[in-house]
Amino acid sequence: MFRKLTLSAAVAFGLSAGAVQAAGEAHIEDFDFSFEGPFGAFDQMQLQRGLQIYTEVCSACHGMRYVAIRTLHDEGGPALPEDQVRAYAEQFVEVYDEDLEDFRPATPADHFPVGNVPNAPDLSLMAKARAGFHGPYGTGMSQLFNGIGGPEYIASLLTSYEDPPACAPEDMEGSYNTAFAAGGFPDECKDEHGHHTVPGSWIAMGQPLWGEDLDFADGHSNDLHHEAQDVAAFLMWAAEPKMMARKQAGLTGVIFLTILSVLLYVTNKRLWAPHKKNAKRKDD
Amino acid sequence: MSGIPHDHYEPQSRLAKWLESRLPVIGLIHGTLMIPTPKNLNWMWIWGIVLAFCLALQIATGIVLVMHYTPHVDMAFASVEHIMRDVNGGHMIRYFHMNGASLFFVAVYAHIFRGLYYGSYKAPREVTWIIGMLIYLMMMGAGFMGYVLPWGQMSFHGTAVITGLFGAIPFVGESLQTWLLGASAVGQPALNRFFSLHYLLPFVIAGLVIVHIWAFHSTGNNNPTGVEVRRGSKAEVEKDTLPFWPYFVIKDLFALSVILTIFVAVVGFMPNYLGHPDNYIEANALVTPSHIVPEWYYLPFYAILRAFTSEVWVVMFAEWISFGIIDAKFFGVMAMFGAIAVMALAPWLDTSSVRSGRYRPMFKWWFALLVIDFIVLMWCGAMPAEEPYATIALIGATYWFAYFLVILPLLGVIEKPDTPPATIEDDFNAHYGASADTPAE
Repeated sequence: MFRKLTLSAAVAFGLSAGAVQAAGEAHIEDFDFSFEGPFGAFDQMQLQRGLQIYTEVCSACHGMRYVAIRTLHDEGGPALPEDQVRAYAEQFVEVYDEDLEDFRPATPADHFPVGNVPNAPDLSLMAKARAGFHGPYGTGMSQLFNGIGGPEYIASLLTSYEDPPACAPEDMEGSYNTAFAAGGFPDECKDEHGHHTVPGSWIAMGQPLWGEDLDFADGHSNDLHHEAQDVAAFLMWAAEPKMMARKQAGLTGVIFLTILSVLLYVTNKRLWAPHKKNAKRKDD
Repeated sequence: MSGIPHDHYEPQSRLAKWLESRLPVIGLIHGTLMIPTPKNLNWMWIWGIVLAFCLALQIATGIVLVMHYTPHVDMAFASVEHIMRDVNGGHMIRYFHMNGASLFFVAVYAHIFRGLYYGSYKAPREVTWIIGMLIYLMMMGAGFMGYVLPWGQMSFHGTAVITGLFGAIPFVGESLQTWLLGASAVGQPALNRFFSLHYLLPFVIAGLVIVHIWAFHSTGNNNPTGVEVRRGSKAEVEKDTLPFWPYFVIKDLFALSVILTIFVAVVGFMPNYLGHPDNYIEANALVTPSHIVPEWYYLPFYAILRAFTSEVWVVMFAEWISFGIIDAKFFGVMAMFGAIAVMALAPWLDTSSVRSGRYRPMFKWWFALLVIDFIVLMWCGAMPAEEPYATIALIGATYWFAYFLVILPLLGVIEKPDTPPATIEDDFNAHYGASADTPAE
């Protein structure tokens, strides 16, 4: 859907196909997340499933340094009961303690540790640090209607590992991913103008999720698409833990200011009425 | 304070008399609030209040943010996350501050183009205009330095690009850049001083705002007709004006309330829309973002900066005649600052005898083109520096200069303006008195 939009917009703007490089673009699927829109909310169970995936898969390499474990208990998030947060910290997270000069089981007051692999980026803010949606370039229109697309980008990336195209050399480093635009790209897959003939590029991270990687306590489907969306939703929460409070404040503000505007409109109308009426009388 | 005849404050109670004879502060407030204001002001005259609100909002939220922020290269990014996650209401305060900057610039651009259309810059309001331009420059500086503080990728590399502009100045550029940054590259000294200046500038702006208001309270407001208030007697003044309180305070508050409704919706529902995702990645000198873009409000001038490449003949000519001292980079920097300078010179470049664009049939079209030009330049600034955007930006930049340096002076000579109404009262009556089928005159 998104690509169609970009293309039609590009045609409408009269841009040449060369400037847009349609074939070289990565494809980001527009997933429907429960937290989209002014009234959208995080799905608590989905966040808990996402936490499970993060713990069992992602955290092997990645870290989440800005997220405090205690916030798993917070309202508007995964909202785990306090004893479960404590148990989770003790059982699943190890942190390096500078006083002990050794690793120890985490407590809820600790943050998630930093990643084990130097090249693996920290995931605390990943869902805000990537834009899934662009264009028409420079206008921000797509982002206005679809959102910035961070979680869509993450879910698309996780579901877009494919067999490398025939044009790629055997010894190409990394994994071929149709949603990843910023990676390595072999010259063999470019046409005579240097345009990419296949979408995406090669990413250093091997395919992390394959579907049915783990079982969920709530019995939810664990196919690849669902897993990717669950962990993307969890990372959106990790990046924006106060999203529910923010939307609530926004809604309250909009309602309050709308009422205030109406009252001020009526006041202003009444205030000016005699002067505008005088103006009328003079002309009659 | 005002040259327009009006009632002055007379203290009634003993206490008020006692205070007024020692410090006439109530009289000052009274004089400011009760100033006779042209009663035909339209809705483009509300942006001043919005701007005053923005300044107050930025200072109030900024003071709280400073209590939790750490201006250190290793801690700045984490301290912003601390504000977003751990400080009570911190995420809302930061989002208000972040988007407040955008509202500030929306309002200032509307305010400036209002002035350009209705000739508010023309005599006797040149000083008001010049002070306004200074405020605008300070806002650009404050906005830029504020964007550096979160110490994200765009903060860091944007700073490198912008301070690099000063490096383009011949002979002294490199030392100037080092002096500005406090080091040869962007780092701790730059972050620390930008933090200091970002805190200082809003108060300088507040001081200039007072002078700005003082200046136009001395000349009186301009108005959509550009016709001056009659000052022969108090009775005459009262036919053309109404006191600022309550008529314009309530009107402005209504407009502010509508604008804030939209603003709060943006903050609540899409606070990162106007930002750049790369700024949620901590600054890293070794990784340069593929596409460094300034915030939206700098884009028109950023486009002018980039428009003058070494292939443009004016640039080649400048380089040849200056024996290579003026290269394309320096030319671009001069063009960017020149674009604001020519705007500041508008009072002396506009030769028309008629003040308001409403009565200038040719000016109207050139002005509309200038607004479109501004938007096109903004769009070009967001695009990569390649064809066809480079050419579009060059045409846009050329028109910007042509408007101020050629069109404005010429129009005053060749244009035959319509006759404005004789008085503000006539305009007001024509608007509210005549029904649609009776002609206004």
